[in-house]
Amino acid sequence: MVTNVTNLSRSGLYDWMAQRVSAVLLAAYTLFLLGFLLLNPGLTYAEWQGLFSNNAMRIFSLLTLVALSVHSWVGMWTISTDYLTPMAFGKAATVLRFLFQAICGLAMFVLFVWGVQILWGFN
Amino acid sequence: MSVNIAVNSKRPVNLDLRTIKLPVTAYTSIVHRISGVILFIAIAGLLWMLSTSLSSESGFEQVKACLQNPFAKLVLWGVLSALLYHLVAGIRHLVMDAGIGESLEGGRLGSKLVIVIAVVLIVLLGVWIW
Repeated sequence: MVTNVTNLSRSGLYDWMAQRVSAVLLAAYTLFLLGFLLLNPGLTYAEWQGLFSNNAMRIFSLLTLVALSVHSWVGMWTISTDYLTPMAFGKAATVLRFLFQAICGLAMFVLFVWGVQILWGFN
Repeated sequence: MSVNIAVNSKRPVNLDLRTIKLPVTAYTSIVHRISGVILFIAIAGLLWMLSTSLSSESGFEQVKACLQNPFAKLVLWGVLSALLYHLVAGIRHLVMDAGIGESLEGGRLGSKLVIVIAVVLIVLLGVWIW
């Protein structure tokens, strides 16, 4: 029996869904930002600052930051459970996997807080 | 009975990826993962660019000047290439979730399409950056 307490929702189905919903949001943000940069070749500070001081853009960015946190957790978790296994690392696997997941989770949390500070911290 | 013995016996098992000839679908899958890890590591750098470029006029110019550096261009190209590949391969996942291209042949074709589309986009990205 598979018992797992470290995945995001304790349900593979919900994780699967969270990965896809967050992926669509991340894709939308990526395409929007790439499109904006492509359409504004000689971008000035005023235009760039204007874009991100727009409240709609702040909400879109924050939503993307949440999606990024979810998506990276599910992704890094999947990688850790696939490769940091007892088959590859023996008895140390559980500790190794836990440490890896803890570092990924902590790093993503710090990046999330930093992202919020960036979005609301300028001007 | 003989079947049971065969299943339970300790037959040699080879799960060493380095010695297995991988199909094209396996390559697109592992590159999707590798690009994901690259992007996870790159988040900090991208946030630094966003933070500095938004902080002030001089910060914005600093990021612009930084991106004139050939090495910085190469790194940016690498990170955005990972992003484009991850995006294209991810869209393929969503298409397959919708039930399209799930057969063996469909999977192979989808993988080849991902490679072709991603390479074209990455080349175009390089043209844009340089």
